Amino acid sequence: MDWGTLHTFIGGVNKHSTSIGKVWITVIFIFRVMILVVAAQEVWGDEQEDFVCNTLQPGCKNVCYDHFFPVSHIRLWALQLIFVSTPALLVAMHVAYYRHETARKFRRGEKRNEFKDLEDIKKQKVRIEGSLWWTYTSSIFFRIIFEASFMYVFYFLYNGYHLPWVLKCGIDPCPNLVDCFISRPTEKTVFTIFMISASVICMLLNVAELCYLLLKVCFRRSKRTQTQRNHPNHTLKESKQNEMNELISDSGQNAITGFPS
Amino acid sequence: MSWMFLRDLLTGVNKYSTGIGRIWLAVVFVFRLLVYMVAAEHVWKDEQKEFECNVKQPGCENVCFDHFFPISQVRLWALQLIMVSMPSLLVVLHVAYHEGREKRHRKSQYVSPGMMDGDLWYTYLISLIVKTGFEIGFLVLFYKLYDGFGVPYLMKCDLKPCPNTVDCFISKPTEKTIFILFLVIISCLCIVLNFIELSFLVLKCLIKCCVQKYSKSLQSSACECHNLRYVECGEMGTPPLLQNRHSNLATSSPHQDKTKLLFDTQEG
Repeated sequence: MDWGTLHTFIGGVNKHSTSIGKVWITVIFIFRVMILVVAAQEVWGDEQEDFVCNTLQPGCKNVCYDHFFPVSHIRLWALQLIFVSTPALLVAMHVAYYRHETARKFRRGEKRNEFKDLEDIKKQKVRIEGSLWWTYTSSIFFRIIFEASFMYVFYFLYNGYHLPWVLKCGIDPCPNLVDCFISRPTEKTVFTIFMISASVICMLLNVAELCYLLLKVCFRRSKRTQTQRNHPNHTLKESKQNEMNELISDSGQNAITGFPS
Repeated sequence: MSWMFLRDLLTGVNKYSTGIGRIWLAVVFVFRLLVYMVAAEHVWKDEQKEFECNVKQPGCENVCFDHFFPISQVRLWALQLIMVSMPSLLVVLHVAYHEGREKRHRKSQYVSPGMMDGDLWYTYLISLIVKTGFEIGFLVLFYKLYDGFGVPYLMKCDLKPCPNTVDCFISKPTEKTIFILFLVIISCLCIVLNFIELSFLVLKCLIKCCVQKYSKSLQSSACECHNLRYVECGEMGTPPLLQNRHSNLATSSPHQDKTKLLFDTQEG
C-alpha cells in the first residue's frame, strides 16, 4: 500500500473534474508526491543518526532532537498530502452514489431511453451540476483550508522555512548550553522551499477553480433570467393561443356529441 | 505477501457493503493503512538503536527497552489493522460459498451486489460486532500496556543488570505521541461508524418486518374483498369505495409493484 493506491483513488475523480482540477491533480502527483518519495525521503532518511550534539551526555541528543523536530518534515508533508487529497474522495463517493441510483432506476425500467445498458451508465461523464456542484465546491474549500493550515503549522513549528546548521540546546539532561548540528541543512532548506512553493501553487489553483465554478453558476443564472425576460411576450401569446384552440376543439366536440362540456 | 493482499481482499467486500461500510473502508485505507505505510512505520524505524540509557553497563539498555516496550507500538498498530479487517473476510467467504452453490443449482440468489438478504445479513451483522470488539479491545490493550496514549521522553529503570535507577531516553517521543493520538482518534471514528451501521441495519430490518406484517394483513383482507367482487359485481368494474382503498395501498405500501399490478388488473 503506497502512494500508487492514493493515485488510483484520486485518478478516478479526474474524469469528473474541471480543467483546473486536472492540472491540480497533476501538480500534486508530479511535484509533490513524486518529489517526496524520490528525493525528500533520501535527504531526511538519516536525520536522527546524523544529528550530533557537542556532548557525550547520554540522552542529551535525543531530548534536543525531539525539542527541535517534534514532527519530521517528511511526515508532516505526507500527512498534508493525505489530508489535501481526501476531499476528492467526497466527490468520488458522490459520483458512485449517483451512478448506483441511476443503475437502480435503469433496472426498474425508468431510464431506458437515456442509456443503452449498465456499462453505458458507468462510462457516462457526470456533469458538475446540482448537488455535485455543492460537493465539488465544498471539497475545494476544504482543500484550501487544509493546505493553509499545514503551511501555518510548518511555519509555527520550525520558526520559518529555513533550517539553520547549528542549534543551541540546554534542556535537561544536557549539562549546559550545547551546540547541536543538523545534517544537510542547505539541501533540506531547498526541498522545504520547493515543497512550500508547490503548496502555494496548489492553493492558487484551488482558489482559481473555486472562482471559476462560482462565476460559471452566476453566468448560467443570469443567462436564464435574461432568456425569461426576452421571451415573456412570446410565452404569453402561446398560452393564449393554446386556450383558444382548446375552446374551439371543445365547442366542436360538443357540437358532435350534443352534450355541454 | 504484503499490505496489497489485504487491500485486494477488502476491495471485494466493498460490493456487498452498505454506504456506511464503504465509508469505513475508505477511512481504513486512507487514514490508517496509508498513514501507517508512508509515515508511521518510519517513525519507529530506529527505536531501539536510538533508545539510550545514562549508563555504560552492558545489557541494561536491552533489559529496560524490553520492559518498557514489550511489543512495539507500531507492531501493535499493524496487528490491530489486520484483526479489524479480518471480520470483513467472513462476508467475502459467505458470498463465495453461496456463489458456488448457485453455480451448482443454476439459480441466482443475490439479485444485485449490495442487496443484503437472509443469511448474508446475519454474517454482516456478526462481522460488524466482531470488528467493533477488536477495535475497542486493541484500544484498551494500548492504554494498559503503555499507561496511556502518550510517550514520555524519559523513563526511570532499575532492573537487573542496571546498577541503580538510571535515566533512559526514548527517541522521537513527541512525534510518536502525535501518531498514536492520530491512531486513537481514527479508531474511535471507526467505532462510531460501526455503531451507526449496526443501528441502521437493525432498524431497517425492524421497519421492514413491521411493514411486511402490516401489508400482509391488508392483502389478506383485500383478497377477501376481491373474491367478493367477482361474486357480487361481475365484470363491470370495481365500486368506487374499493378503488379508493387500492389507490391508498399503492401509495403507502412498500410492495408498490404488487399493489400497482392489483390496481391495474382491476381497472383493466
